[in-house]
Amino acid sequence: MNDFTRALDFIGSHQHLLWQKTAEHMQLSAAAVGIAALLALPLGLWLGHLRRWSFLVINVANVGRALPSLALISIGLGVLGIGFWNVTVALVVLAAPIMLTNAYVAIDQVDPEVVDAATGMGMTGWQLFRRVEMPLGIPLLFAGIRTGTLFVIATATLAAVAGGGGLGDIIVNQGSYRFEGVLGAAMWVGALALLADLLLAGLQRQLTPAGLRAARPGAPSARGPVSDLRARAAGLASSRPN
Amino acid sequence: MTLAAAAPGGTVIPNFGHADSCVRHNRFFCWHWFTSHWNDTFAPALVQHIVLTVIAVGIGFVISLALALAAYRLHWLERPIGWAAGWLYVIPSLALFQILVPITGLTTTTAEIALVSYTLLALFRNVLVGLREVPGEVREAAAAMGMGRLQTLLRVELPLAVPTIVAGLRIATVTVVSLATVAAFVIDKGLGPLILRAIEEGQFKTEFVAAGGLAVALALSADALLVGAGWLLTPWARARARASR
Repeated sequence: MNDFTRALDFIGSHQHLLWQKTAEHMQLSAAAVGIAALLALPLGLWLGHLRRWSFLVINVANVGRALPSLALISIGLGVLGIGFWNVTVALVVLAAPIMLTNAYVAIDQVDPEVVDAATGMGMTGWQLFRRVEMPLGIPLLFAGIRTGTLFVIATATLAAVAGGGGLGDIIVNQGSYRFEGVLGAAMWVGALALLADLLLAGLQRQLTPAGLRAARPGAPSARGPVSDLRARAAGLASSRPN
Repeated sequence: MTLAAAAPGGTVIPNFGHADSCVRHNRFFCWHWFTSHWNDTFAPALVQHIVLTVIAVGIGFVISLALALAAYRLHWLERPIGWAAGWLYVIPSLALFQILVPITGLTTTTAEIALVSYTLLALFRNVLVGLREVPGEVREAAAAMGMGRLQTLLRVELPLAVPTIVAGLRIATVTVVSLATVAAFVIDKGLGPLILRAIEEGQFKTEFVAAGGLAVALALSADALLVGAGWLLTPWARARARASR
């Protein structure tokens, strides 16, 4: 417990350093999550709406989640050299698969009878998507975004080994910051991940239609991409962290 | 002067002045350099990486199976176990390895404890979901045939849960292959040290690409192997697929 209190002391006494590294960390994470979302979400939603190409989505996601982040950073050093973009690419590869599958499944899992009813009422494809499928798909869509964001924030610590900066700089530099620094920075990263998750949960609540708000979005352990998506294609969801 | 000097520890120092032209020009990937260091550097690292992974997934599976069986019988256990596994899963691996060092030292045990902790979420949840998915009628049929609880579990419930369990094993295995590279911060085993060494030296491209590429290849092959295993373990699903064709 002594280590723990000293880690808290470290957090208290190194605010300037922590905030500076946090800014780098969040810049990196935001870029990665943003790019991953831009690539994965429209594609996943569109293919889900078409209810086609699930085979492609499953395989892209399976291959993507199998790629080790540190290995990608290493290969990236051969291609892109050291720095921000190298790490960003590895983080995009980390976050995009789970966003893609969740976006696909979010739309695809909408009750076919509801879709039939909407079509029967004369809705066009776009209206169906915008007014029926999207609102019903929000929880799963956000589950993907939130899980991807958690992974990215935790894994962005690896940026430190490739000159990408961020809070990993403290974690890999036990020589300067000692054990309490490593532990303190790890706790700080955990708190950041939790905070980001809470913010996204709040956004999710805002975007969920009132009638569907009965179930509160839970902690990452309580909402389960593995179990939510398993029915579609065993284990295509959930990814690997860090 | 040899093409490259291999230190006893396996360190490979490329000698740019005397190596072949690919190495001298630091091309993206020098196949010749890679094959000439396969035996002394890459093969042993790959084997160590596989051993680290198999041990972690094996232990993780035994623990998760026990926890999932407990939660299957006692519903209230699911939340606390899922919650704990969920939070273990989001600790940055880079930090977890180092946080364990004061307790278990710079040992393989440290690496394995961290790696096992990252398998628990996927395995626990998938085993539990797989068991819950078994239709009630099937369970009733088993009981009507005079099967006891243990027999039902071993001969009906677990076999039917195989696809979901294999899905969990795939996630756990690729996770461990990935994170075992990060274990290089505490132990000199597996492909991770090669990656870190390449980064420290910071210039020889083939070394980056070879070490990273092997980790990627290992993750993809392990994933494919588990898909194959799942296919072999569920002959009824194959029969159904054939019938529907």
